Amino acid sequence: MSDITSQSLTSLVKNIKEKKLSSEEITKAFVDRSEKSKELNSYITEDFSNAIDKSKKFDEKPNLDLKLPGIPMAVKDLFCTKDIRTTAGSKILENFVPTYESTVTQNIWNEGAILLGKLNCDEFAMGSSNETSFYGNVQNPIDRGLVPGGSSGGSAAAVSGQLTPITIGTDTGGSIRQPASFTGTVGLKPTYGSCSRYGIVAFASSLDQAGPMSQNVEDCALLQEVISTYDNKDSTSIDFNRGQYSKDLTKDIKGKKIGIPKEYRVEGMPKEIEELWKKGIEYAKDCGAEIIDISLPNTSYALPTYYIVAPAEASSNLARYDGVKYGFRAKGENLIDMYEKTRSEGFGAEVQRRIMIGTYVLSSGYYDAYYLKAQKVRKLIKNDFDEAYKKVDAILTPSTPSSAFKIGEKKNDPVSMYLNDIFTVPVNLAGLPAISIPAGLDAAGYPLGLQIIGKAFQEQEILNLAYAMEDKINFKNKITDWWIK
Amino acid sequence: MSIDLKTIKHISKLSRISVDEQKAEKLAGDLNSIFKFIEKLNELNTDKVEPLTSVAETTLKFRSDEVKNQNIREQIIKNSPEDNEDFFVVPKVVE
Amino acid sequence: MPKENSEYLIERYDNVYEVVIGLEVHAQVTSNSKLFSSSSTKFGAEPNTQVSLVDAAFPGMLPVINEYCVKQAIKTGIGLKAQINKRSVFDRKNYFYADLPQGYQISQFKYPIVGEGTVTLDMPNGQKEVGIERLHLEQDAGKSIHDMDPQNTFVDLNRSGVALMEIVSKPDLRTPDEVSAYIKKLRSIMRYLGTCDGNMQEGSLRADVNVSVRLKDSKELGTRCEIKNVNSIKFMQMAIDYEANRQVDLIEEGKSIDQETRLFDTKKNETRSMRSKEDAHDYRYFPDPDLLPLEVTDEFIDNLKKDIPELPDDKKKRFIDEFKVSPYEATILVSDIETAKYFEEVVAKMGKNQDIKLAVNWITGELFAVLNNKNLEISQSPISAKNLAKLVNLIKNGTISGKIAKTIFELMMDGDKDPQIIVEEKGLKQESDPKALEALIDKIINDNREKAIEYKNGKEKLFGFFVGQAMKVSGGKANPQLINEILKKKL
Repeated sequence: MSDITSQSLTSLVKNIKEKKLSSEEITKAFVDRSEKSKELNSYITEDFSNAIDKSKKFDEKPNLDLKLPGIPMAVKDLFCTKDIRTTAGSKILENFVPTYESTVTQNIWNEGAILLGKLNCDEFAMGSSNETSFYGNVQNPIDRGLVPGGSSGGSAAAVSGQLTPITIGTDTGGSIRQPASFTGTVGLKPTYGSCSRYGIVAFASSLDQAGPMSQNVEDCALLQEVISTYDNKDSTSIDFNRGQYSKDLTKDIKGKKIGIPKEYRVEGMPKEIEELWKKGIEYAKDCGAEIIDISLPNTSYALPTYYIVAPAEASSNLARYDGVKYGFRAKGENLIDMYEKTRSEGFGAEVQRRIMIGTYVLSSGYYDAYYLKAQKVRKLIKNDFDEAYKKVDAILTPSTPSSAFKIGEKKNDPVSMYLNDIFTVPVNLAGLPAISIPAGLDAAGYPLGLQIIGKAFQEQEILNLAYAMEDKINFKNKITDWWIK
Repeated sequence: MSIDLKTIKHISKLSRISVDEQKAEKLAGDLNSIFKFIEKLNELNTDKVEPLTSVAETTLKFRSDEVKNQNIREQIIKNSPEDNEDFFVVPKVVE
Repeated sequence: MPKENSEYLIERYDNVYEVVIGLEVHAQVTSNSKLFSSSSTKFGAEPNTQVSLVDAAFPGMLPVINEYCVKQAIKTGIGLKAQINKRSVFDRKNYFYADLPQGYQISQFKYPIVGEGTVTLDMPNGQKEVGIERLHLEQDAGKSIHDMDPQNTFVDLNRSGVALMEIVSKPDLRTPDEVSAYIKKLRSIMRYLGTCDGNMQEGSLRADVNVSVRLKDSKELGTRCEIKNVNSIKFMQMAIDYEANRQVDLIEEGKSIDQETRLFDTKKNETRSMRSKEDAHDYRYFPDPDLLPLEVTDEFIDNLKKDIPELPDDKKKRFIDEFKVSPYEATILVSDIETAKYFEEVVAKMGKNQDIKLAVNWITGELFAVLNNKNLEISQSPISAKNLAKLVNLIKNGTISGKIAKTIFELMMDGDKDPQIIVEEKGLKQESDPKALEALIDKIINDNREKAIEYKNGKEKLFGFFVGQAMKVSGGKANPQLINEILKKKL
C-alpha cells in the first residue's frame, strides 16, 4: 500500500491511534518498499522479518498512549542497537554486534517504535556524500547518480525515498543538515548536550549530536521530544528543562528577530543560493518576523578550526579500534604489526587521512600551533554567536553552498569535499541547535535548504520558525520512484 | 609548513597505521593541501583568548561509589577474535 | 650498598657525586568502584570478571566520574599539606598497548587536582622536608600476562580503569634510605586517611624512580633516567644504587647519559633500557572532550577537612607530650595507623598506674618479633591489645617477673589467652615474699660456701651464679629485683 509509505509520521501515528491502520500493515508497507529499493543502497543491515514479528506482537496488545506506537523506523548505523549488527559504515566493525543499546534508540523503542534496519553512512561519520562507506555509495532518491549528502546519507535517502517514515542521524559538522538539504527533507541538530551520546559510535566528542531527520517539521518536533533526555551515563549530557516540542509547536513567530549574517555571503556562492536566501528572508518577513543584519566576524575561520578539532578528537576516539577486543583483526607477526595491519586494512582512506591529521595536530611541537589555536578560535566563533544573540532570536542562512553533486565528482579532492560544510560547521563549534528545511529547487530541479540557527537549548524557537516558514514555502518533494524494482 | 614523507612515516607509527611508499606519498599530498587550507588560522591573533574547554557550560557531575556492574565476562569477550573464554589474546610485543 | 644514611655519595678518583632522586608514586585509591565506571575494584577476582563495557572501551561508551575517588584524592592532598585546586581538568594520554583498551589513559596533565605540598621524614640525623610537586587522578591499565603462552600475550582488564593517585615528588631525595622513609611515610599517611591501603604485594602502591647524578656541589641537575614500576622498597633501593653507579661510570668515561625509560630486572639486579616504548613520550595530551572540567567548592573541601583523622606527625607530637615516649619510639609507633591504634588501646586498657615505657618495649620488641616471624600485620596480631595490656600490668604490679612474662607471652599466642588465667593455671606468680626469698638465699649460700668466699674476695662474676641458682631453685619464680637486693645484702 504505497498510500501508507507516503504518509508523514504524524499522520501514521494518528491513524494507528485511531485504529485506522495496524502496526503490521504499516511495517509491511515500509518493508515492502524498502525491499524494492535496493538500488538506493540505503540499508547496511535489514531486520525486516523481526520487524514484522514485532509489529504483530504490538498489534496483539497495542499501547496507544505511546508517542510512536508500533511505528517502524530505520536508524543510522552509528547507533549501537542491541543484538543487531552495528558497523559505523566501516569494515573494522563489519561483524560487530553490540550487547547494549544507545540511549537515544532506547528512548525510541520505549515509545513503541520498531526497528526496520540500520542505515548506510560515511565511515565513522566522516564525509559529506556517503561515498566513504565500506558498504558502498548511497543514491539520492532525487535523481540517479546523485549523492544524498553525508555522513547521514543513507538516513536522508531513506526518509526522502520513504523507506522509513522518519529516522535519526548524527551531526558533527553538518551530517544531518547537509544531507537533509540535498534530499529535500528536514534535519535538526539539537543543542550540544541535548541528546545523549551514550551508545553512539563516537567521531568527535565535543561536536557530535544525534537528531531527527524527517519529511516535515511537525514530525521532527515529535521525534526530538522522544530522543532528547538527560542521561547520567553521558557526562556531557545537560539537565535542562526540555519542553514538549510537538505540543508547543506554533506558526506564530510575530515579532521574532532573525539575524542575517553578512559573512555567510561567501565569494563565488552560486546565484541560486543567494536567491533562495533572499526568498527565505521574504518568507520570514511574511510570517511577521523582523529581519536584522548581523555580523559573525570569525565565520571564515570555522572550517579550518573544525578540520583541526574534529580529526584530533577522532584520532583519539578511534584508537580503540585495534583488533584486540572486538571488530576486525588482521594477522600480525607481533602486537605492533597486528595493530598497523588491522587499522590499515580496517579503516578506509578518508578515516585514515583524518586520523593522521588529528595525530599530527596533537603531536609534540604542534599542539600549540594547531589544536590549542583552534580551541581559541572556537572561543571566538562562540563569542560571535553570543554577541549576535543579544540582538536576535535566531539566525537564517543557506544550509549548503550547492545542491547535491554527482557521485564521484568531489571524491578525489578532500578540500572541495570539506567546503560542503561551510555553513553548517560553525554551529557545531558553538554547540548551538540548527534545523535545515527544504526551501526551493535549483535550475536542475534539485532541492536546496535553508538553515535556522537558534540559541542554546531553544529548540522550540527554531522548530517554530521552521514550522512557520515551511508553511509559507510549501515545498513538495517530487519523488519519482525511479529506483523501485 | 610542508609535510614530508618522514613526517608521514612518523605520524603513521604514532597512529599505528601502516603505510607503504605509494600510500605515504599520496597522504603527504593530501595532507599538504589540507594543511594549506588550515593555515588560514594563522591570520588571527589569539594571544589574549582563552581556549574553549567545552561548549557545554556546566561542570562534571558526580556518580556515587556503588558497584553496579556484575560479571559480564561472556558479553565482554564474545566479540573478540580469539577463542579464549577468560582472556583477550594478542600476539606478543617484540622484546 | 653504603650503610650510612646521612650521606650517599659515589666516589671515583677525585670526583664525588651525589644522587638526585624523585619519585612518582602510583597509589590505588581505596574505593568500591572504578574511577570512571561502576565495576568492582576488589583484588584477586577471576580474569575479566570486573570489566564493564566502559572499561573494555566498547563503541559509544563514556566515562562518568566517581565522586568518592575525587574526595579521596583531595583528602590525600590535605594529608600532604598541599594546595587543593578547585578547578582541574582531565586529559587523554594517548598511546597503544594491549592492556589499554581505549588507546588512551584518562589522566590529568596541565591542571591536576592537587598542587604543591610537603612530606616530613624522620631520619636518624634529623627531620627532612620532601617537596610534593602535585597529585593527580588517573586510570590504571589492565594486566598483560606474557608467560602463559609462547606466541601470545593474555590480557586481563580487571584493573583497567581503577582509580590511581599519582603523587609526584620534587627531586629532593638523596639517599636510598630517604627513599625508603618517604615511601613509608606516604604509605602511612594514606593508610591513616583510608585513601589507599598501601599494599605493595597486591600492587596498590608502585613507584617510578627518577635518578640522576651530579658532582657534589653542583647546582644543576643531571640527565635523569626513569626506572618504571618498581614494586618494593628493597628493589627501589637496589635499582637506585645500580642506576646511580651506571650513570657515574658513563660520565667518568666521558659519555653522555640518554634520557630514557628503564626497567629494573629483579633477577639480575640491574636496570636496562625499555625497548618497546620508543614513541611513548609523544602522548599527545589534550583535554578529554567526554569530560567537563572538575570543579569543587570551598564547602566541599572544608567538609573533607573535618573528616581528616589525626595524622602521623600530629599523633607523634601527642604521643611524646601525652605519653612521654621518646621521639624515636613515637616514630615507630605512629609509622602505621594500626600500630598506633594498637598502642593507644593498650595504654587505655592498662588503666591507672600504667608503665607506658614497658608497654612500648613489649610492643616494639616481643610483639613485633612475633609478627615479623609469622609475617603478620599488627591488625592480625595473635595477642589482642587488651591482653597485652593485662600482661604489662602484671609485670608492673610485680605479680610476675619480666622473664616469666616472656613464657606467658608465648602461651598467650595460642588463641589470645588471658594472661591472668595463665598465671593462675600454671601457678606462675612470682615469689616476692622477702622472708621466703631470704630463706631460699640463705640455703643457697650455705650450699655454696666456697663460691661465696670467692665472691667476697673479689670474684664479682660469681654474683651471676648465685642469681642463677636462686632462679633455678625457685623455678624461675623468684622476684629478680628482690633476689638482687637480698644477695647484695647477704654476700
